[in-house]
Amino acid sequence: MTRVRRRIVATPAAWAVWGTVTLFFVGVAGVIGSVLVNSFATRWFDTWLPQGYTTEWYGQAWEEFTLLPVLGVTLVVCLLVAGVSVLVGVPAAYVLARRSFYGRRAVYLMFLLPILMPPIAYGIPLATVLYKYGFAGHLSGVVLANLVPSIPFVILTMTPFIEQIDPAVERAARMCGARTRQVFVRILAPLLVPGILAASILVVVRTVGMFELTFLTAGPDSQTLVVALFYSMSASGIRAQQSVDAMAVIYTAMMLVLLVVALRFVNPTQLVARVKEDPE
Amino acid sequence: MTPVAFRHRLAERGIDAQLLLLGPAAVFVAALFVYPFCYGIAVSLQPVEGGPFAAYQAFFRDAYQRDTIATTLRIALPAALLNVLASVPIAYRMRGRFRGKRVLTTVLVVPITLGTVLTAEGLLNFLGPTGWFNRVLLALGVVDAPVTLTHNYWGVFLSLVITGFPFAFLLVSSYLSGIDPSLEKAGAVLGAGWAQRFFRITLPLLAPGLATTFCLTFVLAFSVFPSAILVGDPSGTTRVISIAAYEAAYVRYDYAGGAAAAIIMGLVELVVIGVVLGLRSLLYTGSTAGGKG
Repeated sequence: MTRVRRRIVATPAAWAVWGTVTLFFVGVAGVIGSVLVNSFATRWFDTWLPQGYTTEWYGQAWEEFTLLPVLGVTLVVCLLVAGVSVLVGVPAAYVLARRSFYGRRAVYLMFLLPILMPPIAYGIPLATVLYKYGFAGHLSGVVLANLVPSIPFVILTMTPFIEQIDPAVERAARMCGARTRQVFVRILAPLLVPGILAASILVVVRTVGMFELTFLTAGPDSQTLVVALFYSMSASGIRAQQSVDAMAVIYTAMMLVLLVVALRFVNPTQLVARVKEDPE
Repeated sequence: MTPVAFRHRLAERGIDAQLLLLGPAAVFVAALFVYPFCYGIAVSLQPVEGGPFAAYQAFFRDAYQRDTIATTLRIALPAALLNVLASVPIAYRMRGRFRGKRVLTTVLVVPITLGTVLTAEGLLNFLGPTGWFNRVLLALGVVDAPVTLTHNYWGVFLSLVITGFPFAFLLVSSYLSGIDPSLEKAGAVLGAGWAQRFFRITLPLLAPGLATTFCLTFVLAFSVFPSAILVGDPSGTTRVISIAAYEAAYVRYDYAGGAAAAIIMGLVELVVIGVVLGLRSLLYTGSTAGGKG
């Protein structure tokens, strides 16, 4: 059997496209690479590469920035936000996916707005309200603030998953005498496990990266990693640049681990957004 | 009317006990989004001195505050436009299956998850006066002195491109994958060249998706805050409106001013999105699948 070898021809358009993509990746690699190299550097001023390498910045960053509690706070906040938003969001997504009722569009718009609004624009009034009731400055305030974009996000992500499930399955369960709660726990939940996993991982990724809301509501002992990183960066000059970079590398590593986990369950395009084209 | 009959009449309109499942989510969003927003409006209308609109008047009278709107739009609109326009030809080329596509999309997701804070840190190192980028340019002899790309407009712009372009690309390519390729094949059979096929078949079908992508990318770019402070020039060329709102509320403790700035920010963004979505409603939106119509 003979294999026909296709000739690889690159048109100018292909060159331009691949060139742009390559340039972009070189830029991204440079951005991440320079942080990574600098975090291991002893001294790096006016040369291509640092004069020597060391790992002491990591130990220093760990102690100076008290990273262990910060990581703990980040973890607790993420788990709480993901748990609550799934518990609250999935039933709402079910109603929006299956039912049509008077005022459905208005409800849909109410859930869409927190995603479309810039976080600072609603974060400032929200932080004022949370301070008024004594939530802000603690872990509870950070969790509450992060729930605002997370619940609508879970609803918008889960609606297509629920629409895929054949309603006949539910009707059969109801014929056999199952109540709504039983339909949820014994029929829908097992079928929705992949979707729920995907949604909660996406919420965790977004919460780890969410800067503005956490920044506005966090107190000194409820900072997440990204806020701690911002404070150490904006106070540059006090800390060694390498120490800040070591912290940035820890943050990146955490994000990459989450990303690898996330990509086992979700399609990359889903990571971006899953806003449905038309609510009707 | 008996209660049972009333319930039946409601059920005919689709309202029954099952809607209570919406309750918790609606309560959360109402308490944490709608109520704070109304509270913010109320606060902004009760400044320490002056009439109800004094905070808004102060915002628009002070050029240092007023210009933040233009500054924000000058950063966000070109960045969002560039991200969307650049991702169209690239996504168009990368339709279909080829080896390494999954790896490519995976790598593209990385900058999105890095977030603006880390991107800013990396840009400061990479594009700084002694960073690798300037070293390469100097070594190649392209420039004589290091190019200043940090602590000004370009630093913020580039950080928005790094986080926004992959986002736009993934969205555009998911919209493109929903367009049936047989439509283009039909065009080709009837003798259309690639330009005609692209501009008269694919682009019109893609345009609504592009409008949505633009809106979402614009939201990301419009709320630029950490990178405008870290890699930009937060008291000059990149003093965006979120910085103005933050300073008013947390540096000057002028809550009415801060709330007013935040609400102006939300309104400006909604106006831009409204214009884009309004234009979008003029376009064809419907099935992008082929087959007998």
